[in-house]
Amino acid sequence: MATRLSRGGGRARPAGSGGFELFSWYFFRISGLALVFLAVFHVIIMHVINTVDEIDHAFVVDRWSSPFWQIYDFLLLTLALLHGVNGARVSIDDYFRSSSWRLAAYSALSLITLVFLVMGALAIVTFDPSQFEAVAGR
Amino acid sequence: MRVDVRILRYNPEVDTKPHYENYVVDQEPTDKVLDVLNTIKWYQDGTLSYRRSCAHGVCGSDAMRINGRNALACKLLVQDAGSSITIEPLLGFDVVKDLIVDMEDFWDGYKSIQPFLINNDPPPSGRERIQTPEEREIFDDTTKCIMCAACTTACPITWTNPDFIGPAAIVNAHRFIYDSRDKGGEERLEILNDRNGVWRCRTVFNCTDACPRGIKVTRAIEQVKRTLLYNS
Repeated sequence: MATRLSRGGGRARPAGSGGFELFSWYFFRISGLALVFLAVFHVIIMHVINTVDEIDHAFVVDRWSSPFWQIYDFLLLTLALLHGVNGARVSIDDYFRSSSWRLAAYSALSLITLVFLVMGALAIVTFDPSQFEAVAGR
Repeated sequence: MRVDVRILRYNPEVDTKPHYENYVVDQEPTDKVLDVLNTIKWYQDGTLSYRRSCAHGVCGSDAMRINGRNALACKLLVQDAGSSITIEPLLGFDVVKDLIVDMEDFWDGYKSIQPFLINNDPPPSGRERIQTPEEREIFDDTTKCIMCAACTTACPITWTNPDFIGPAAIVNAHRFIYDSRDKGGEERLEILNDRNGVWRCRTVFNCTDACPRGIKVTRAIEQVKRTLLYNS
């Protein structure tokens, strides 16, 4: 039986965590909009105009020799990764009720994000075709 | 018509956990689901407990889960619910008994947004505070709320997180924030600009689907979010 009577003034006043959450929400909207174009053009270029049979070492060398495609792929990587990670973050926030488990999940997510972001960014930025000639069979 | 009714019953003084009980009633297709409950309570099992008051979709007392969806029992007709009806209490709140849930968290959320006109300026002498139809139109939709909690308990975030202020509280804040006669908008926006305020909303749209008054709840929440964005 619920014996609790009214607590009067309602819930406690918020601690004012709105700023980051507002940014997070806005980032979802902007990155989502950008990803619609970035991802769709990526699919068209990689799977419609070219097929996976045509995409080889030479194709990648040619593509990443242009700063435009380096920036394009870097944007695709960072926005898709951070958009997805932000989604995972709010899911953790919703479903992990224990603060210690939540902290552990946040930490794991942050570490994975950092590793993927650094690995992907390094691949795009420091790509040196000469290092892969042996692998590419040239 | 014959209606097979399955109701999730729970009496905390006797039961260790909720269980379903089945009933068979004879109702007119144009009867309401509330009539089905009344038939059971008055003629078959007087121990069945549920809230109801006006029975005409205005007071918001008898929101419950009917065939898995939140609805007002007094608004949903038997012919629309079908010959086999499952009735359960609203999700996300503790059950007090049978279909009655503890709505204290819901009212706490509602009270926290200060659901009353805030304006310390005296009204123009000799008449009331007036506003144009256009000014009224901005928040007209959210004035329709009857606080039945159908939206809040349809929200999956409420199921997992009791700290979320809930869609109904945001709807009622919206009703005052965009009212040209009210001066407490900034204060209410500050209350909603919180991790457990509007930012806990994930735009699932369950609230809009559940609202028996047809309020575009998700749109109202998005309007508050945009106002916070533009004000930041």
